[in-house]
Amino acid sequence: MRTAHDTVAETVRVEGARILATLIRTVGDVQTAQDAVQEAVIAALATWPVSGVPPQPRAWLTVTARRKAIDILRRERVRPGKEEEGTRMLDLARTDLPSDEVVHDDLLRLVFTCCHPALSPPTQVALALRTLCGLSPAQIAGVLLTTEAATEKRLTRARRKIAAARIPYRVPPPHELPDRLPAVCGVIHSLYTAGHAPVGGAAAYDVDACTEAVRLATLLHTLLPDQPAPAAVLALLLLTEARRPARLDAAGAVVTLDRQDRGRWDAALIARGITLLNASLLASSRRADAYQLQAAIAAEHARAASYDTTDWPEILRLYDLLMSVAPSPAAGLARAVAAAEAAGAGAGLTLLADLPPTPRWHAVRAELLARAGRHAEAVQALTASLVGPATDAERRHRAARLAELRALL
Amino acid sequence: MPQYLALTYTADVDWWAPEHADELAEYRRFGQEHAGSLRASAVLHPTATATVVRVEGARGGTVVTTDGPYAETKEALTGYYLIEAADLDEAVAIAAQIPAAWGGAVEVRPVIAAR
Repeated sequence: MRTAHDTVAETVRVEGARILATLIRTVGDVQTAQDAVQEAVIAALATWPVSGVPPQPRAWLTVTARRKAIDILRRERVRPGKEEEGTRMLDLARTDLPSDEVVHDDLLRLVFTCCHPALSPPTQVALALRTLCGLSPAQIAGVLLTTEAATEKRLTRARRKIAAARIPYRVPPPHELPDRLPAVCGVIHSLYTAGHAPVGGAAAYDVDACTEAVRLATLLHTLLPDQPAPAAVLALLLLTEARRPARLDAAGAVVTLDRQDRGRWDAALIARGITLLNASLLASSRRADAYQLQAAIAAEHARAASYDTTDWPEILRLYDLLMSVAPSPAAGLARAVAAAEAAGAGAGLTLLADLPPTPRWHAVRAELLARAGRHAEAVQALTASLVGPATDAERRHRAARLAELRALL
Repeated sequence: MPQYLALTYTADVDWWAPEHADELAEYRRFGQEHAGSLRASAVLHPTATATVVRVEGARGGTVVTTDGPYAETKEALTGYYLIEAADLDEAVAIAAQIPAAWGGAVEVRPVIAAR
């Protein structure tokens, strides 16, 4: 049975960002607005279990949050500008809800403020999770693998900087969007990566971080449907999400791409991802960006009926493009694997030689060496891959593989 | 109107040396173009001319001076502009026109408004 607490929690999660976005614009301060929304939530939790959930929880929360904001502003009484204060109080005393257009613009303002380049990338992620996803500092700490105290400190510092340095609460003009959107997409993508491919720890993926990233990507795409970057990042996330159920078996062990049950891939998500990718490519006049290329690679995999029918030369071509647009060690590793599939283990090993050695690098190298029949070296590489950070599932997978390779010696 | 202090960090040079005349002219041009937004500015002598002052204990204590800048950094604080701007985006747009932004770095700090 759903409790009043669940209903409040859910309503706050879905409506919280809407209410907060408009309130920040009205009170002109992130901290005050967040405190007001927080107090409204506490009031709801205290009242609703007794009086029942009101017929329109959104309206109730909105109006209550405004009243709480008035209380906070009256308590503070230190703000300069009397006239401004008067209009602010009048706005807050209203009981009608803002129109969908107004909320739309306010949400975009909030997105661009949270992802402002004057804030550090981890701070951008933490702020987005706090304000746009409505996660608590404790939940954020879980997602970002840090402590609640450190997250609280980070958020407080960020709000102070937004207020003191006057990071504007506005949507950048259209000509600035191509420069500002990559940062927003970067926040979403790094959040998804944090959930999907954590460096170490017990769970191979954290459902929450991925779900929150998809939620943010969907929001951004809904707010800016004609912009290619949000469509591409959403496509990439959906195409990756679609294959997630097949990445682990029932016992929680890693299932590599060649052995995955493709019947467990989510066909509807794949179709949506491909549609979004095509729309994104059509809408962009510039050469393909990193998200479009990564989504195109994910789409190639998703399209293949089996591992053996995968179009590896095309995937290798896309990785070559990706490395020229946005070189990274992770993309380099994936390109080496694609090269091995397209042109043989030797081609893959040649590309690996230029990359920095990490646990994953050793693991990939071990597979390619094994394929080239160099089993003794493969055992050595795989042993090296077990030193350093890796998820528990990955560690078990490598240990099992090591036993298989040793048996071949 | 909010104010921001833009601190320029560049190579620790003597701006009066003839080889820096062109660069100095660029700074002057910036100053003229943005005169409407600039409330103050200064170019500093090299850090070799700096003196750090400390007073031991409390007010009235022994004055201790040491030679050199407060912090030894690869790029030195070589000047500042006091910028008036509506918000950080506007301040950053102006700071990005200071030649130090491509010759070194510019740190933009909001100034606490007088109450």
